Amino acid sequence: MRPRAPWHPWAMLGPTLALLVVFFLLPIGVAACASVFSWDMLTPPRYVGAANYAALAAHGQLLAIALRTLGYSAIVVAGTMTLGLGLALLLDRPGRFFGFVRASVFSAYVVSWVAVALLWMGLLDGNAGVVGWVARQVGAGSLSLLGDPRWALPTLAVVGVWKLTGYSMIVFLAGLQGVPRSLLEAAALDGAGALGRFRHVTMPLLLPTASFVATTSLVTSFQAFDVVRIMTQGGPARGTELFVYAIYEQIFLNLSVGRASALTVVFFVLLLAVAGLQLRVWRARGAGAAR
Amino acid sequence: MRESRARYLAALALACVAAAAWLLPYAWMVLTSFKTLPEIVAHPTAPLPEHLDTGAYRVVFATIPVARYMGVTIFMALAIAALQIALALPAGYALAKLRYAGRGFTFGVVLACLLVPAQATFVPVFLLFAKARLVDTMTALVLPFAASALGTFLVRQALLGIPDEMIEAARMDGASEWTIVYRVLAPMLKPTLVSLFLVSFVFHYNDYFWPLVMTTDDDVRTLPLGVALLREQGTGVRWHIVMAGNVVLSLPVLALFAVAQKHLVRAVGGRG
Repeated sequence: MRPRAPWHPWAMLGPTLALLVVFFLLPIGVAACASVFSWDMLTPPRYVGAANYAALAAHGQLLAIALRTLGYSAIVVAGTMTLGLGLALLLDRPGRFFGFVRASVFSAYVVSWVAVALLWMGLLDGNAGVVGWVARQVGAGSLSLLGDPRWALPTLAVVGVWKLTGYSMIVFLAGLQGVPRSLLEAAALDGAGALGRFRHVTMPLLLPTASFVATTSLVTSFQAFDVVRIMTQGGPARGTELFVYAIYEQIFLNLSVGRASALTVVFFVLLLAVAGLQLRVWRARGAGAAR
Repeated sequence: MRESRARYLAALALACVAAAAWLLPYAWMVLTSFKTLPEIVAHPTAPLPEHLDTGAYRVVFATIPVARYMGVTIFMALAIAALQIALALPAGYALAKLRYAGRGFTFGVVLACLLVPAQATFVPVFLLFAKARLVDTMTALVLPFAASALGTFLVRQALLGIPDEMIEAARMDGASEWTIVYRVLAPMLKPTLVSLFLVSFVFHYNDYFWPLVMTTDDDVRTLPLGVALLREQGTGVRWHIVMAGNVVLSLPVLALFAVAQKHLVRAVGGRG
């Protein structure tokens, strides 16, 4: 439609565009600029070229952060997708009880990360927690999952799975509504068992939903911060230092704006790679929905 | 294609396991919040408190200014959700319904912002607010989220489904563009707007990251920060106090969830 006055579209978009540019697009450019300076917010900034990147990459530190973050994401994505799909298939049944269980699982997604992280710290506590009690009963002695460099990261990821499974379950449930009953019934008449119906009817139809869940969960988990900040502060022995937490440490604990900015730039590039994938999936999903 | 009785019972049993996996942690949280310190020290893993002691809650309210934190948090989340909708409506209208040079480009800007999370912008934005002396203000908490790329996108998508004739008719009746956006179209988008509002409110009420990096003092500290502080200040075994804080923090969202479950589920599940 023709706008009534040529300035109307701009007046309507103006505030949104200005805010988005100032708070989402420009900052990336600012980070790129700041990443070639050394600055502690007290003394004047000093141009250092690529030194910040070099310092981060030294001793494989940057690679370790990236791999750790991907490892966390891999567990969260695999865990939430498997559990979410399983629960969606299990709970896609009529009746109040199944509805209640659906709501229970989804509630963890609605509650704050702070509450979830603190709750699991309590449950995992060696003395007072349930997990410590179970470990003592089975003779595993005093078990400190969060204090063990090998187990801390997978433990955080399991907490992430508990928190986010409700999300993937809800999206899978929505996807299941798009599987026509008539197709399932036809397959049943042709003698397909429950497993066969799932493999040959439900699964292919759920594939776009699954890739949507996979990419959104990957992007979400890649930005994990709260669990780390609250449960481990990146420890023990840096075992849970994920990307966003590393940026946070650089600027607020080391007061190094340059390194924080360099990490931000790398983080953003990695995220863009992941998100580019996401956008392609969304397009495919949009096309599927329009079908 | 009716399910056999055995399969239904198996599903029921598995559903019970799932319910236990998600509800027992909450139960532990609530029960622990009613314990006392001597109890926790003497019987760390006793499932039930000896009696319902509200001491932990009194400690929470004495340690952190719960009412003020809660007020700040709710005000912030409401302001963000309301601004997002107020700004997304005209922006989405321009993108969906008006033809002008640069529409593709402006839509591209909105889409690009969908890919940028706050975690990738907080360092430069913090520097900006530090320079403007706006750290520790409500502005720093609200302004960066006042415009929502996702909200704008969703409003645009919803408006595409409304026929141009509606708008033509309103124009013929002499309605101004702003009247059309806020009085004619907004009521038609109610389901979308309600979902948007709820998701945004819940997200920002719960948010820990942004208030953490943008505040250093008590004036604009939010409740999630306050509750997280309870544990940082306490020694290891005061779980009853931490869990009491957790209950206070979670109850409002869980209550909202109970009331508006359909909207939240639809907002997250999308139209499938």
